[in-house]
Amino acid sequence: MEGMTTPVEAEQTLGEDTSAGDQPWQTIVWNDPVNLMSYVTYVFQKLFGYSRDHATKLMLDVHHKGRAIVTSGSKEKVEGDVAKLHAAGLWATMEQT
Amino acid sequence: MKSWRRKGGRVLGGFEQQEAAVLRGLVSQVDDMLRARAEEAPQDELAELTGIKTGPSEGPDDPVLGRLLPDFHKLDPDQPSQDEVDSAAALRSLHEPQVLDAKLGVAAELLKTLPPEGGNVKLTYEQADAWVSALNDVRLALGTALDVDDDMPEELPEDDPRSSHLGIYHWLTWVQESLVQALTE
Repeated sequence: MEGMTTPVEAEQTLGEDTSAGDQPWQTIVWNDPVNLMSYVTYVFQKLFGYSRDHATKLMLDVHHKGRAIVTSGSKEKVEGDVAKLHAAGLWATMEQT
Repeated sequence: MKSWRRKGGRVLGGFEQQEAAVLRGLVSQVDDMLRARAEEAPQDELAELTGIKTGPSEGPDDPVLGRLLPDFHKLDPDQPSQDEVDSAAALRSLHEPQVLDAKLGVAAELLKTLPPEGGNVKLTYEQADAWVSALNDVRLALGTALDVDDDMPEELPEDDPRSSHLGIYHWLTWVQESLVQALTE
């Protein structure tokens, strides 16, 4: 996306299910210069069922802070989420909290 | 082409013959690269029996394929921890076949629904969703090959060998943006 590319620590942004906060793994989406802001928002809504407002907030975190945590949960769930994001062309990684 | 629009539960667009040829050519090239990568997957009898495919554990050397199939962990480029390298290899091997299948699937859908001679394109929402992903893969491939960054100008000097390709990249950006708008408005 257009904007800054230096990855900086983003504050923890939880999914709409706040109970996910204590889970051991998280999915991170990184800023890149190709993916469109509108497309990134669309993908977050489609894959995770987020509202347009929430998906837009996460997209803006990626855009401005360089990264955002988009989901969290068990290792199995998070690796599935990363695979789906890769299929959609987003630059996603996973890490243990 | 004109902007995509929605009508009667369908998404409508139209392509000139030359536009259709360019887009089909690019999608086919990405498709070929992904297919070649899929063939690098280790063949084993167990996978044949169970139908559970295993992918390569190492990432592609080619930067375009590398962008289409990133690592599952953010590895320190200088001193990656061995645990993370091993984990990224295992995750790639496990998940890359399904990521490749998804990308090959959306490319096939686009090629099926875009007439080689151009003309009207009429898509269901499901097909439009495949198109928007396929367009994204092509933009990622071209953007990586052109070394697009946040400061990329609208146009490059005419003597820059990337100049004409950048025009195609910007056109694809417009086609994708318009399709996302049509899907989400």
